[in-house]
Amino acid sequence: MTTTIYIPRDSSARAVGADEVAVALTAEAARRGDDVTIVRNGSRGMLWLEPFVEVDVEGTRVGYGPVQADDVAGLLDAGLLTGADHALRHGAVSEIAWLARQDRLTYARMGVIDPLDLDDYQAHGGLAGLRNAIALTPQGVVDAVAASGLRGRGGAGFPAGRKWQTVLDAPGDTKYICCNADEGDSGTYADRMLMEGDPFTLLEGMTIAGLAVGATQGFIYLRSEYPDARDILREAIEIARGFGWLGADVLGSGRTFDIDVRMGAGAYICGEETSMLDSLEGKRGMVRAKPPLPALEGLFGKPTVVNNVLTLGSVPFVLAEGADAYASRGLDRSLGTQVFQLAGNIKQGGVVELGFGVTLRELVEDFGGGTASGRPIRAIQVGGPLGSYLTADQLDLPLEYETFAAAGAMVGHGGIVVHDDTADMARLARFAMEFCSEESCGKCTPCRVGSTRGVEVIDKITAGDDRQGNLTLLLDLCDVMTDGSLCAMGGLTPMPVRSAISKFPEDFGLTAQEVTS
Amino acid sequence: MTERSLSEIPGGASNDAADPVSARVRAVAESRIAEPGPLLEVLHDIQSEFGYLPEVTVPVVAQVLNLSRAEVHGVVSFYSDFRSSPPADIGVEICRGEACQAVGAEALVAHAAKSLGIGVGDQTGDGSVGLEQIFCFGNCALGPTASVAGRVHGRVTPERLDALVNEAQAGSKGT
Ligand SMILES: Cc1cc2nc3c(=O)[nH]c(=O)nc-3n(C[C@H](O)[C@H](O)[C@H](O)COP(=O)(O)O)c2cc1C
Ligand code: SF4
Ligand code: FES
Repeated sequence: MTTTIYIPRDSSARAVGADEVAVALTAEAARRGDDVTIVRNGSRGMLWLEPFVEVDVEGTRVGYGPVQADDVAGLLDAGLLTGADHALRHGAVSEIAWLARQDRLTYARMGVIDPLDLDDYQAHGGLAGLRNAIALTPQGVVDAVAASGLRGRGGAGFPAGRKWQTVLDAPGDTKYICCNADEGDSGTYADRMLMEGDPFTLLEGMTIAGLAVGATQGFIYLRSEYPDARDILREAIEIARGFGWLGADVLGSGRTFDIDVRMGAGAYICGEETSMLDSLEGKRGMVRAKPPLPALEGLFGKPTVVNNVLTLGSVPFVLAEGADAYASRGLDRSLGTQVFQLAGNIKQGGVVELGFGVTLRELVEDFGGGTASGRPIRAIQVGGPLGSYLTADQLDLPLEYETFAAAGAMVGHGGIVVHDDTADMARLARFAMEFCSEESCGKCTPCRVGSTRGVEVIDKITAGDDRQGNLTLLLDLCDVMTDGSLCAMGGLTPMPVRSAISKFPEDFGLTAQEVTS
Repeated sequence: MTERSLSEIPGGASNDAADPVSARVRAVAESRIAEPGPLLEVLHDIQSEFGYLPEVTVPVVAQVLNLSRAEVHGVVSFYSDFRSSPPADIGVEICRGEACQAVGAEALVAHAAKSLGIGVGDQTGDGSVGLEQIFCFGNCALGPTASVAGRVHGRVTPERLDALVNEAQAGSKGT
């Protein structure tokens, strides 16, 4: 009898040796005459344990990690195939507290199934949401998404149901679904993991969106830094077409919907939705002024739903299990779950899906185990490069859109980047300005010129050149960028800069008094 | 061969018969002509075939897709992925995103620049190794992250980076 062994194909797992482990296991098992079947699953999200190898022992999956190719022979000697004890063994995967304490809805199948096995997908609840959606009217589907409270996971948190309603109500025969898979924020990788580990969930969410608003074509705008996701998505799309899911007659419904993957080309700004649309049209990714809303005049001027990977990836659950089930999670006006990503200087980095309202402390300390270096936490940046820096004193903030906004921060895409006490906050503030000048689309002067000036002025401050005068200049620049930028690139870059100055003035050679006066 | 020299004038390429590069670029562009807004896809195709965008790209693609040269040039220059000269044999790309900075990315970049003797964005004199910065590979829990010869690696220390570059160089000399 063959023993099934799971080794992730996730690109983070591959980055720390998963392919080498798979090769070593195949060779070593063959040498010993052991009959093994290797499945390349998605990652469970316990990234610090990658490569995380699971063995199916009479229906129970037993986990080992982090495994290196060198460990394989020893593991087999110890009795890997029977789930025997070993220094790297973590026991039954479903009982690992780090996973068991999560509430995985969007990520329900992550790491569990073979990402490209449609039978496996359906055996784990896949396509139930789409089948329910087919039985509803378009308005019925939009109502379900609206009632779930689902908000955009790409950053701004706009209610998905309201966006879909606008597109449904817009006149016109040609409409589009555009999935924003640009995931440019440093510290975020949950879109990538879902696309690599459970791509059918994204395709199902997009198909439901298409049926809901009357769109027949979907595009996934994927950043070029994710070639593995590209290959897996393209394969998944072919499989879905072959199955009669994508194409002219979606699961026998008589409705048409198809999806193509389009690649970005290394521009952070193309994650901004209007810039993304221009890029999808084959142009420079220039930000468009709003109105018109993309929902009314989006791709090629047609009504378009633009949603993030995780927004669309949460839709199948809503349609399968009901809006109430989704809305029963979360806090206040932030309903449902968020797929938080622990990154940076963190001991147990990875993905934690929980209802909104969980505190930063629970995520960073309980799940994350504090810093990887073992040193004290100095600063935490939530929500990507445009998010404010928080201090260790703010760890009790609950992750919830409005609470974070009130604290001058943002939940954004749920990325949490931890820095220890060796972090140089003046350098990170300078980097924020440098990044903005590097990635600005160039349309507005405050963003384009302001960020370049910002770098120079921070350099002067840290060099001790008229600190007080240059601080005033820097804060003025921040004001101009905040007020005079067309989009959040220029508009929010002052957030990390200002928070670094006000919370860590000593890194700029300033005193607390100097920065408040 | 007078035909051929024509194709060497920037923007002057028109005789595909005499210029196989121009002919290929044209064929690639034509294969996507029916798609909506295909310019980015066409440029990706050309770059994946040649490793960079040959000089004839702008005029030929502009002609096939019925765009102005300025439009095509504008797109090529907007996106950092597109390059107008051949890449190094071994590309070393180091992530400078905040999450990787939190675990030593800046020191890794400095180390790479020093040990290769080149700056970010440059190639070694013999064109064997090029150093680039990237903003995030989506490997932010297992940084520092670097890609060497197209493969992404996590938890890259300076010593590991040197070893990876050496391995890649040994590999490329062996073939
Ligand atoms: C500079 C900038 C970069 C952005 N990058 C992304 C991104 O990488 N992915 C994403 O989904 N949204 C990104 N957004 C947000 C999008 O503009 C848009 O709000 C989102 O795609 C809408 O989908 P959602 O409502 O499902 O979140 C970015 C916004 C700005 C201003
Ligand atoms: S703020 Fe910056 S990125 Fe946004 S539109 Fe203006 S120039 Fe472009
Ligand atoms: S910040 Fe380096 S991989 Fe994301």
